[in-house]
Amino acid sequence: MSENKRVDKPTGTETVGHEWDGIEELDTPMPRWWLWTLYATIIWGIGYVILYPAIPMINSASEGLLGWSSRGEYAQAVSARERELDPIRQALVSTDIRKLHGSPELMQQAVEGGRSAFKVHCVQCHGSGAAGSKGYPNLNDDDWLWGGDLEAIEYTLIHGIRNPDHDQTRFSQMPAFGRDGILQSGEIQDLVSHVRVLAGREKQSAAATRGAVLFEANCAICHGSDGTGDRTQGAPNLTDAISLYGLDRASLTDTISNSRYGVMPRWGQRLDPATIRMLAAYVHSLGGGEKLPALEEIADQRDESDGDGQS
Amino acid sequence: MGSPEEILDPELKLYESRKSVFPKAVNGPFRRLKWVIMAITLAIYYVTPWIRWDRGPYAPDQAVLVDLANRRFYMFGIEIWPHEFYYVAGMLVMAGIGLFLVTSAVGRAWCGYSCPQTVWTDLFQHVERAIDGDRNAQFKLQDAPWGPKKIGKRLAKWSVWLFIAFWTGGAWIMYFADAPTLVVDFWTGEAAFVAYATVGVLTLTTFIFGGFMREQVCIYMCPWPRIQTAMMDEKSLTVTYKDWRGEPRGSVKKAEAQPGSFGDCIDCNQCVAVCPTGIDIREGPQIGCITCALCIDACDSVMEKINRPRGLIDYATLEDADLEKAGKAHNPVLKTLFRPRTILYFSIWGAIGLAMLFAVGNRTRIDISANHDRNPVYVQLADGHVRNSYTINLRNMENRPRDMIIGMTELKGAVMWSNAGSRDGAGKTLVTSVPADSVSRLRLYIAAPGDGPVREDFALTVTAADDAEANDMDEIFFERPETGE
Repeated sequence: MSENKRVDKPTGTETVGHEWDGIEELDTPMPRWWLWTLYATIIWGIGYVILYPAIPMINSASEGLLGWSSRGEYAQAVSARERELDPIRQALVSTDIRKLHGSPELMQQAVEGGRSAFKVHCVQCHGSGAAGSKGYPNLNDDDWLWGGDLEAIEYTLIHGIRNPDHDQTRFSQMPAFGRDGILQSGEIQDLVSHVRVLAGREKQSAAATRGAVLFEANCAICHGSDGTGDRTQGAPNLTDAISLYGLDRASLTDTISNSRYGVMPRWGQRLDPATIRMLAAYVHSLGGGEKLPALEEIADQRDESDGDGQS
Repeated sequence: MGSPEEILDPELKLYESRKSVFPKAVNGPFRRLKWVIMAITLAIYYVTPWIRWDRGPYAPDQAVLVDLANRRFYMFGIEIWPHEFYYVAGMLVMAGIGLFLVTSAVGRAWCGYSCPQTVWTDLFQHVERAIDGDRNAQFKLQDAPWGPKKIGKRLAKWSVWLFIAFWTGGAWIMYFADAPTLVVDFWTGEAAFVAYATVGVLTLTTFIFGGFMREQVCIYMCPWPRIQTAMMDEKSLTVTYKDWRGEPRGSVKKAEAQPGSFGDCIDCNQCVAVCPTGIDIREGPQIGCITCALCIDACDSVMEKINRPRGLIDYATLEDADLEKAGKAHNPVLKTLFRPRTILYFSIWGAIGLAMLFAVGNRTRIDISANHDRNPVYVQLADGHVRNSYTINLRNMENRPRDMIIGMTELKGAVMWSNAGSRDGAGKTLVTSVPADSVSRLRLYIAAPGDGPVREDFALTVTAADDAEANDMDEIFFERPETGE
């Protein structure tokens, strides 16, 4: 196609052959350094392929002379981070949990560590925001079956709830009043009415009055005559606005008839003490954590040692 | 495709090696202007980081500092936080429009006088002339075989270039850390790796761009000339060769021998010799011309010597050129400078500038931003109240610690407490201390009676304890569960 070759007269440069509206594009040569830059990038690319994993094989990629791998780099980063965290973990384990609030900085680090540990171990049941669901406690609220101070939370974490093979576990058992034939279904309905009166969901009625008698005989031993529950037995407070299984008639009927037991693993055998302490701190920080009674005693003792502490 | 002979044609080159450009020294008003601008711009660049500015104990005392580590930008009395980055955006927009304004009024003055590539290339060329001699000596030296003299001169030139390049890279990092401390750290090996890397890269690029690539950067690498050539119009000033006066060219002798048959151009090539980008302005306006006007200086001095009127090469708008060609007088300068386009650019430029000044003058140095936590949206409390939680950021942009009072509007019966306290100590407001020049993040809990609308809008307010004028608010909402079973 040499006959198609056009040379632009004013510049003496060849054209590329495109023409639009009488305007033609000059085939101006590129500067030489540009070419060198291209060669340099090619050499760089070849070097990169030799030094780093690059060529896809059937199961993996070529290894590269430097032996670099993203997994290796990740493992290094993880162990570096763990070395960094070691002092915090040691300080956490060696600090009395009742005095953790005394060092806000350590507390803050524990909360942050707990936040990520929670995302790994706890979200499956309690949800990513720790809001729980029916049967799985909401850890944000201020209602605690077994106590909501740091110490109680840590105990629950270590020993779990209702682990049959463990004698220190938190354990409570409500009879299955319907299934085991302790109460008749009419009686259960009366009890439901009474419990709903206790919770402020229904007005006093004849059924509820009958239920109150049944309650005194069957339930008060754990939940108390007034229904406020007993933490030492893990018996829920029936008079507050929160219920693990629901306060509607159907849910209450089911609970009283069949009873329900949630089980929580005993994390003491799976996680190290520092992580458990972090989790306790995090759960406590969610907004419903309670003050330690012991902390006030510690404060009282300190006042007494100062000489003017009279309660 | 062509035949093999054509492809192997030795004349046909796909890639072009650089033609050496050794501009000749020149003197004249434009050269002097270039000297002055070069001195000012270099001085600004090298000296600025060393200006001190007392900001008290909580902030650095460097007048201009880009504090990346702490995410602050200091410029004399103005301190910019990351969330105020729109000031920087505004400055960049002003710089852009400023370039449009300059280009539409006086053409490519930026390229010719104040572009860093121009300034440093100019500096490097002065060094080159001082060591190698002027244009002809430089050509001769380039063609000379390598010997002790040439090696010595090359080493001397490159050393000076490297020194300037290193100084340039070194000055750059001074803008990002306390300059006196950084200098000490730099020489004792204590500075951050990024400081050495930056100096290394900038030294290398200055050395290569200023010493070896020069006009190549302008012609092949810089996008700006393309934009500028598109932005210039017939009323923009540009360097113009008056071909109607200069052509046909002829030497002084020829012109004397045949009076009347030659123009004023005596083809002395001085305009080409002095051009830093190596172009011939007599071929007309072209992308390689950075309008530095050194050719005007060169041509004027020649015209003076041969007793012909100056201004054969001159700053002129294309419109003026046409008028002059037709024998008419130029447009008045004011009419060229003040026309709708420049006035529009200037108005936009000024409006942005005024708006930014106003914003800087009226900004509060205290700030609250609140986010409603979505997981969970609300929490039912044992006593029937509902609790929502918020993550709030309190900014204290003053250089002193400040107590701030957080409050809320229009939320009946609500109380607030933070993750540092408990509901026992909850109240309508919360006082918290925010350290100087920093952001405090805290989780705020608000509990309100459970009976109320599902969603209630209100605002979180913050007021400085010591100054009620310093306040800010953020609109937010409170959510409750749907009632009924």
